[in-house]
Amino acid sequence: MSAVPTGKVAVVDAGGANLGSVCYALERLGVRPRVVDDAAGLAGADRVILPGVGAAPEAMRRLRAQGLVEPLRQLKTPLLGICLGMQLLYERSAEGEVECLGLLPGVVRHLTPALGIRVPHMGWNQLRPLRRSPLLDGVGEGDSAYFVHSYAAPVTADTVAACDHGGLFTAVVQRGRHCGAQFHPERSAGTGARILRNFLEMDF
Amino acid sequence: MLSRRIIPCLDVRDGRVVKGVRFRDHVDMGDIVELALRYRDQGADELVFYDIGASPEGRSVDYAWVERVARLIDIPFCVAGGIRDVGTARRVLHAGADKISVNSPALERPLLVSELADAFGVQCVVVGIDSVRELDGQWRVRTNTGDPEKTRALGVRTLDWIAEAQRLGAGEIVLNCMDSDGVRRGYDIAQLRQARDACHVPLVASGGAGGMEHFAEVFDQADVDGALAASVFHSGAIPIPGLKRFLRDRDIEVRDA
Repeated sequence: MSAVPTGKVAVVDAGGANLGSVCYALERLGVRPRVVDDAAGLAGADRVILPGVGAAPEAMRRLRAQGLVEPLRQLKTPLLGICLGMQLLYERSAEGEVECLGLLPGVVRHLTPALGIRVPHMGWNQLRPLRRSPLLDGVGEGDSAYFVHSYAAPVTADTVAACDHGGLFTAVVQRGRHCGAQFHPERSAGTGARILRNFLEMDF
Repeated sequence: MLSRRIIPCLDVRDGRVVKGVRFRDHVDMGDIVELALRYRDQGADELVFYDIGASPEGRSVDYAWVERVARLIDIPFCVAGGIRDVGTARRVLHAGADKISVNSPALERPLLVSELADAFGVQCVVVGIDSVRELDGQWRVRTNTGDPEKTRALGVRTLDWIAEAQRLGAGEIVLNCMDSDGVRRGYDIAQLRQARDACHVPLVASGGAGGMEHFAEVFDQADVDGALAASVFHSGAIPIPGLKRFLRDRDIEVRDA
């Protein structure tokens, strides 16, 4: 395994406010990413990251306007979706009943509030590894990550780690070259940095 | 299980962290980034930067330091003070803040909360509330508490504003109980319990922390999601690693840092 060289990591500007934070997290790992907002920008990248904060319908509308929907669907490069970016990898989201990229099977649904279960799910919660994946190399049992979201993907065969907030949902997902983190690795201290580094360095 | 959050609050003036007694006689505490990193290393779960000059002076926050913090820190942080429109909020969020907190401007124009939630999603929008118990026993809000001469009582009941703020799109409420603030006799459990009942989004307690037991009390008795404090952390009276051990020993879920 070797680190991805500078300039080879493309971060898609999907309009989310966390774009800068994701870039800074990569810079802390010694990687200078390039921010791309069209299909041409994806060419030559070794890794593509799709961050996102906001609502699924707006994010999909924006990706469509940028001509990025089909290129992301056809992408042969390893792709990491973060937070809303991960939700967009699934088939659909109940948020605005919008069709998403369909790279992962499953439908994203609203979290269910209950006694002591507040929505949005905001704060540090533990990752529960469900199966082995190089994405979680060096991440310990019970390590926490920082979550902020109201919608979540179900636990499926692709789930690498789940998280519990009124029920289990997918916190880390991998299906071949398609990866995702529901939490914010860029704001999840050492655990988040480790997962980002794993994505950059792992063999696909 | 979701951890209870420990949140140091740093007062910022002219790009430096300052400490004041009742917002007067500010003492320079040091560089924002240095202090932010120190708290991060100690295991703080989140930081709040409060631009104490911004709101009463009618100016907005200066964004250069927001970006400096965002580049170096890898835990979430919220910026408060002087955010009164979507454009300003956008600049603060794009500089790298994870959340923005609005207080007086939201009371003056409640639709601001909706505009922010529509633009960025409710998860970015924190409504800070300064609350005082009045003679009739009701808690009511105050605006512009950063400057005692400009502080105003609007007659709005705190619990009503908590409900209204959520309806408008607040993703989190920070309730600063001013009667307890700076007194270090503990959080205002009675008020926070009522706020909790009225609050279906995350609720953060502020004002009154003096000892570790106060944190245990507010989590156990008022079921808040986070507890914010300033002076006890700045002075070193309560070290965060020790506080987390104390809470864990009492079966309160906190993050191992």
